[in-house]
Amino acid sequence: MLFPAPQLLSSPPRVVVTGAGIVTALGIGWDTNAEGFRQGRVALGPVTIFDVSRQRVKIAGEIALPEKLPVSHLSQRRLGRLDRATRLLLLAAQEAWDQSGWSPSHNLPVVLGTTSGGMSLGEAYYRQALQTPHVHRRQAARVIEYQAQRQTLDLADAFGFSGSITIIANACASGANAIGHAWELLRRGHAGRVLTGGYDALSQMVFAGFDSLQALSPTQCRPFDSRRDGLAIGEGAAVLTLETLAHAERRKVAILGEIVGYGAVTDGHHLTQPHPQGDAAFASMTAAARVANVSPEQIDYVNAHGTGTPLNDSAEAAAISRWAGERAATLPVSSTKSSIGHLLGAAGAVETVVCLMALRQQWLPPTSTLQTPDPACTFPIVQKPTAAKLEYALTNSFGFGGANATLILRRWS
Amino acid sequence: MTHARLRRTSPITQYAVAAALEALGHDADNVANGTLRLGVVLCVMSGCVNYSRRFYDETLRDPGTASPLVFPETVFNAPASHIAALLGTTAINYTLIGDPTTFLQGIALAADWLTAKRVDGCLVIGAEESDWLTADAFRLFFRRIILSDGAGALYLKNAANGSPSIQLRAVTDSHLFCHNQSRVQAAKRMRAELPAVSDNHLLCDGLQDLPRLDRAETEAWRDWRGTRLSPKKILGEGLMAAAAWQCVVAIDALKQSHYHAASVSVVGCNQQAIGAHFVQAES
Repeated sequence: MLFPAPQLLSSPPRVVVTGAGIVTALGIGWDTNAEGFRQGRVALGPVTIFDVSRQRVKIAGEIALPEKLPVSHLSQRRLGRLDRATRLLLLAAQEAWDQSGWSPSHNLPVVLGTTSGGMSLGEAYYRQALQTPHVHRRQAARVIEYQAQRQTLDLADAFGFSGSITIIANACASGANAIGHAWELLRRGHAGRVLTGGYDALSQMVFAGFDSLQALSPTQCRPFDSRRDGLAIGEGAAVLTLETLAHAERRKVAILGEIVGYGAVTDGHHLTQPHPQGDAAFASMTAAARVANVSPEQIDYVNAHGTGTPLNDSAEAAAISRWAGERAATLPVSSTKSSIGHLLGAAGAVETVVCLMALRQQWLPPTSTLQTPDPACTFPIVQKPTAAKLEYALTNSFGFGGANATLILRRWS
Repeated sequence: MTHARLRRTSPITQYAVAAALEALGHDADNVANGTLRLGVVLCVMSGCVNYSRRFYDETLRDPGTASPLVFPETVFNAPASHIAALLGTTAINYTLIGDPTTFLQGIALAADWLTAKRVDGCLVIGAEESDWLTADAFRLFFRRIILSDGAGALYLKNAANGSPSIQLRAVTDSHLFCHNQSRVQAAKRMRAELPAVSDNHLLCDGLQDLPRLDRAETEAWRDWRGTRLSPKKILGEGLMAAAAWQCVVAIDALKQSHYHAASVSVVGCNQQAIGAHFVQAES
């Protein structure tokens, strides 16, 4: 039963990560991405998958997808119908699944975040419907595969499991909300394990949308720089296998890290602009820290939402400064969007994996494109590859519509 | 509807706001004055398709003139954001996407937030807007389907002592249409999780007189001997809104004391089957 919920546990179980898969413009898989993020390598380049000749901006964090997908239960015919977003999702999920050592079951919940599902298929459908309205070839398949629930069913069928599917579309906070929701499902005793994450592929409509808002940087994405002029769009996916600590210990499996806090708050200031003082971001970090029972003094690294737009970064800088108080002066902050762009519905999930990498390997990922820090930043911004001793990391994700989410992770030792 | 945030919105937001305000009633004042933490769960399948089609059309014509005013309204969570801003709530707010069964998942999620005291009240809204693009797509599968649009909303709170209200008793598991389970099997398993027919028990189903589409649900409820209401036969296939209408119709029947219990059956388009069960608080 989805309701009534199981009896609330007197003490919520600890929730750990036992598998993590990641696909970004830096590459496919943990090792390639970890090295890229550690160095602050910039993986943005010309867009090749749709026409940008008449766009103001022509670069993005596009992924070189492999020809073949991992072996799965999906038929060749079904594999052939998968869109770009689903391919990203399956690649990330395969890595997480293999790492976790999970077996399929009929009661494995999935919680995913996305903003646009199979948008490229929707675009193809629309173009054909306009240009050749009486030709229906491939249109039915596009309608089916366009939908996010179908992509999630593809994922379930690929690995041979089933269970409740929850797809959260909270704009650019979707991935973080999905992981936060999965974490809450485990803490409330709904399940012993949950597959979660976020994914989004580049699409012409979304790219044009951000360009129309003049939110894309015509120069270089430089989060928290005093001369920042916008974000870069990227694509990617990250999938995590979450389970209760007791479940993981029974399986005697390696643990990558622990999720200890989640906060979600709504900013009603404006549909696309944050409150100038970052009120909702402040509340989101406060809520996550309260649940995690940690103070800003205990946080060793903040992976900021840090899009590189003037309004986001100033609001987030104000929020971090206010939230961290005196700790701000020594609290390392960076935005990894300088390397891979803004992955929209995947951003929160990918940045959670970046935090796991940092915690496991004890380094700080730099914002390597930063030149002159914005004076509004009262905190040090990591600019170069840096080794560090980390116990807790916090990651922020904010989205259109005022969706604000914060996750706090702890090193597993 | 004169709020500044609603000026440029497409029909889906206006439908969702209207349904939300009706469901919330006087508690809107308590949200506005900060004494009630209101969660919002918006459920959509097609979502903001009017402005999405319009914006993509503008992009194809000339991306340089595609409207920056339209694009933000294409985002799935735009209606939920407008509702939060209009009501003045900063509490947790999710937009869920999926087939129409997602509305019942939204109800379960709201109930969970209430149980965990995450919120004091929670709106669950199902909304859709009509567009030729959606109609064209559905016509590929069902030529006789009649699509419709609108919204429905439920407002959930923890039961207060002595207040007569309708109680949510159960939301079944998700029964996926997947590699090892057909639509018919999923619908039957959903039905098996709901209580057996009792006196004064209403079934509010999703039949719409399209035999191929109705088959799974028809088979699952073949032996039902109680009263049955099928709102989609009157209102059309409103996707997520229709699932909300089914719940609203069931609850309205309970409120009018026509029945003691009502089960809602939703067999989705391409994801899963889920049911819900409501009772009069006294029963």
